[in-house]
Amino acid sequence: MDKDLFLQHIRDQFEETDPALITFDTIFKQLEEWSSMHALLLIALIDAEYNVPFTGEDLQKCLTVEDLYNTIKSRVG
Amino acid sequence: MAFFYVNKIHLAGLAACVPANTLSNHQYEWLTERERSLLIKTTGIEYRRVASGNCCASDLCHAAAEQLITALNWQKSEIGLLIFVSQTPDYITPCTAVILQERLGLPATCLAFDINLGCSAYVYGLSVAGSMLANMPGKKGLLLVGDALSKFISEKDKSVAPLFSDAGTATALDYQPLAQPMCFNLQSDGKGYNAIMIQDGGGRHPFNAHSLEETEREKGIIRSNAQMQLNGTEVFNFGLREVAPNIEMLLQEMGKTTTNFDYFVFHQANLLMNERIRNKLQLEKEKVPYSLKNYGNTSSATIPLTMVTELRAELKNRPLSLLLSGFGVGLSWGSAAINTQPMVCLPVIEI
Repeated sequence: MDKDLFLQHIRDQFEETDPALITFDTIFKQLEEWSSMHALLLIALIDAEYNVPFTGEDLQKCLTVEDLYNTIKSRVG
Repeated sequence: MAFFYVNKIHLAGLAACVPANTLSNHQYEWLTERERSLLIKTTGIEYRRVASGNCCASDLCHAAAEQLITALNWQKSEIGLLIFVSQTPDYITPCTAVILQERLGLPATCLAFDINLGCSAYVYGLSVAGSMLANMPGKKGLLLVGDALSKFISEKDKSVAPLFSDAGTATALDYQPLAQPMCFNLQSDGKGYNAIMIQDGGGRHPFNAHSLEETEREKGIIRSNAQMQLNGTEVFNFGLREVAPNIEMLLQEMGKTTTNFDYFVFHQANLLMNERIRNKLQLEKEKVPYSLKNYGNTSSATIPLTMVTELRAELKNRPLSLLLSGFGVGLSWGSAAINTQPMVCLPVIEI
């Protein structure tokens, strides 16, 4: 699972945020642009690009972009 | 899973009615401008119809049914079946279908009852109405499917209000020995019963002194227990997980592929979810009509409403092979493969 590509995918979900502000350490729910709609966008992205299940509960447990990456990576295998 | 066929029944006509009262999500005041534009882009919903005053789902279905019966030139004495599928009946009891039977002037020999389903309503309703009519030679049937959820939604709930819209539809079903079989694959999963629900007002949580108290559940979600709640991420995941496999199983059962169908008419949940489902099934854009932009998510009515608004000319003029798929509240979902012959299809009615 390509880590740089993953970061790019996440950055693409936040159209109004400077990509440089989104790194693996970013607490994504604290981004000014974050809204509940982004939860659905992330789930759709994960489904489309990685084809693994990712629930609302999973999303609650993830704080940083790195957490997202690790959760998905563990499921992609 | 439940696969079954309904033989010798065809769709004779179709009509849909929406309230004239239109609200725009561009003016939805409980979101910031940036949130509004993201909501519209993600859900695909710009406008929604909201029943005013005392107008109920049954009134919308009634208008659709009256005009359809007239256009078909049906004798009301021939109608032996009326099924009303909705989550927004006139009363908890009696059922609304009986009230509609009387209002439409149908004879007492007409059997009438309700089914309580939402997003999967049309597919389930077709299967029940078709199965019964197949054993009622000489009788015609009305399948009335619709909801006026706006009466049970808090305008101050941003997770619900901008999505839902009101509509009522009427489908005329008739015995036709040469009709090609309709094939169904219907499923249910009550584990998700509270993903979409109205908590108070039934026997489990009777209406009480606190039922109308509006409280903030989360930021931007202000509602009472008598209003609809929606767990958006759970429903979203459900849609991504279950819909495509349900359709693939139906196709496999029938020995068909997606190329055998002219159109795939999906429940209009939201653009993001529906497009994921379309991509999973590798369907061309042209084969998947949407009415989301102008009519939002009309719950039980989405499939027949989309057929009326997007496919009317073709339904009137040429045979079509359609794959219908409804999914949501229950959780309940299912798909149907049907072949239509040129039928009476009225333009959208507004009241």
